[in-house]
Amino acid sequence: MTDALLAGELPLPPRPDYLRHGSTISSWLATTDHKRIAILYAITITFFFFLGGAAITAVRLELFQPNGWLLTSDTYNKLFSFHGIIMVWFFLVPSIPNTLGNFLLPLMIGAPDVAFPRLNLFSWYLTVAAGAFTVYALVAGGVDTGWTFYTPYSSMFSNTHVFAAAAGVFVVGFASIATGVNFIATTHMLRAPGMTWFRLPLFVWAIYATSLIMVLATPVLAISLLLVIAERVLGLPIFDPARGGDPILFQHLFWFYSHPAVYIMVLPAMGVVSEIIPCFARRRIFGYDFMVYAMLAIAGVGFFVWGHHMFVSGQSALASLVFSFLSFIIAVPSAIKVFNWTASLYRGQISFESPMLYALGFVGLFTTGGLSGLFLASIPVDIHVTDTYFVVAHFHYIMVGGSVSAFFAGLHFWWPKVTGKLYPESWAKFAAILMYAGFNMTFLPQFFAGYLGMPRRYHTYPAEFQIYNVMSSAGAAVLAIAYLLPLGYLTWSLFYGGKAAKNPWGATGLEWTTGSPPPPKNFDRQPRVDRGPYDYHAEGMSAGTDPPEMQNARETR
Amino acid sequence: MSDQSALLREPWLDFGRQREAGKFGIWVFLASETLFFGALMLTYTVCRIEHPEAFAAAGRETNVWYGTINTAVLLTSSLTMAIAAQASEASAQLRRLVLACLMLTAMLGLAFIVIKGFEYKEDIDKQLVPGAGFALSHPGAQLFYGFYWLVTGVHAIHLSIGIALVSRLFWVLLRRQLPAKDNPEIEVTALYWHLVDIVWIFLYPLIYLPGRAS
Repeated sequence: MTDALLAGELPLPPRPDYLRHGSTISSWLATTDHKRIAILYAITITFFFFLGGAAITAVRLELFQPNGWLLTSDTYNKLFSFHGIIMVWFFLVPSIPNTLGNFLLPLMIGAPDVAFPRLNLFSWYLTVAAGAFTVYALVAGGVDTGWTFYTPYSSMFSNTHVFAAAAGVFVVGFASIATGVNFIATTHMLRAPGMTWFRLPLFVWAIYATSLIMVLATPVLAISLLLVIAERVLGLPIFDPARGGDPILFQHLFWFYSHPAVYIMVLPAMGVVSEIIPCFARRRIFGYDFMVYAMLAIAGVGFFVWGHHMFVSGQSALASLVFSFLSFIIAVPSAIKVFNWTASLYRGQISFESPMLYALGFVGLFTTGGLSGLFLASIPVDIHVTDTYFVVAHFHYIMVGGSVSAFFAGLHFWWPKVTGKLYPESWAKFAAILMYAGFNMTFLPQFFAGYLGMPRRYHTYPAEFQIYNVMSSAGAAVLAIAYLLPLGYLTWSLFYGGKAAKNPWGATGLEWTTGSPPPPKNFDRQPRVDRGPYDYHAEGMSAGTDPPEMQNARETR
Repeated sequence: MSDQSALLREPWLDFGRQREAGKFGIWVFLASETLFFGALMLTYTVCRIEHPEAFAAAGRETNVWYGTINTAVLLTSSLTMAIAAQASEASAQLRRLVLACLMLTAMLGLAFIVIKGFEYKEDIDKQLVPGAGFALSHPGAQLFYGFYWLVTGVHAIHLSIGIALVSRLFWVLLRRQLPAKDNPEIEVTALYWHLVDIVWIFLYPLIYLPGRAS
């Protein structure tokens, strides 16, 4: 009200925010509001996160002992397969894009909604239907192929529920494509006046780059799974060597999607961190343009490195060499981003609120994961550690240490905006630190175990590896507590949390100029943009050099 | 203008922008579809390079007549679809032409499916379904037919979706729920239809021409 009066405009009549705009079940299940769809996604992926987490809890319990004291080998195989399938396709891929991205993309570009609101809702229903297939696969008896569905095991030998699981992933792929198309069109067509491409917040760029990968890579996953299904159900011989087929072809198709999928999972995380670090360092992001080009380079080059998953598959030495080279190349834009986040802290006024703790955790864990990736890009080292826990540790550092940390960072950063409530900050800080510690306790020992030769996906292992597994399982317990804590205090805050102001962090960005929670159409008046992002201080100055009244004015504008 | 306001949808304030976004969105989706069929054609190419003779022998078993007639049918349907799209842009007077062309397009699409059905029947009679009792002895010939059944099946599913979309559009326009002039759904449906057609243009030589030139 006062803002409107200051701007010389008449006050608007009071209107409910998007959460109170309708309270019937159908006002949620038939909504086309991107913010409500984001909430629907958030509930769905939280369910899957704890489902996938439960599966791996049993696996980690089992691995306390080298001799297989708890589970049969078959159950063990099914549990880690289910964990992988759920966590990749039903948590990590939709996590940041479909919750935070769905919620924030229109807000950040000053739009009332996404370009195709009904398609957005349809995409959620597809995700739920796909989840039902996958849960059915588990309930009916499970699937034991691993999340990679490698042929010829998945197509010819496995007698578990490969069809249901593959169908689930096939369908969730369409949800992914629909979301990608929607986000690309939204970014192109719905930017507010003055929101030029190089004034976009980096989170928008990250979602845009992610959407490009979703649209161009996911159809190839669909084909690779369709071929597996066709072979199992219709008896078509594409991967059957006895009838002239080529099982290795599956790996090429699968990794053509699944390596870029790593960037589907980590690019949005980079976007989140790029919003949070400038805010809590009160600093412009260092090298904005290079951050944008780096993300687009990762999205582009990411399509040409899939062969590094196949160094031991018998592909030609030349192919391995090229893929190895390109895999080293893709580390360059990732390194640019790490250096720029670090440089953004330089001469900043850094404060350590919980989103910043999670974000700094991301930078450290992502760097560790990235550097261990260089080991795997190098053919001789990769051959030594192929299919060992070294690989497991590496990709968990990127996906769990990186993406999940960033997801929690974003969840805490935008929680006041999404719910209009403040959460207990000391609990949040405690959980952030606990998560970092628990994560390293869980996965650091796996680097050592893997380097010493412990293979992944085995139910039993030689006794000399027990020490690493006990450390890892103990760490997993800590990590589980750190994941359950936010579920507790964030839920608590919904009922008892203090009311959040429009812009509790003093952050830049259009999403902070509207109410917390925002009104149904996001903005009461069409926003106009006349400056670049991360305007935390005058250009060429360092953080906190403006007089306080100017900083305050900038924050409320 | 009143016509256009009936077509305006959330979250758009401007009809021209909405139209542009619809077209842009479907182009992005078509890029995705290209990768989808591209991956299938890549699979075909890999198998064909590994088994050139089997693919020639298997290609000779296909019925080139069915394929050629179907190609003509589908190309004609693209023509009628294009006329519908152009007529809807040109003038509100051409409403009846738009409707007629949409109906023709859907019927030509159906004709394609029916002809394809006869062809499938013949293939089954000739025991060209991979598995036990497969007619050809070349190792790798089963691969050709694995690809054949899969890709023509996936294409037929796409075409059926197209027929459903065009029929729905025809029905909605006929009941005058929506004006035909500048209706963005016509252009968007047309772009999808043309993609399904273009995919067939690539499939025709891959399926029917191997082994026939020499």
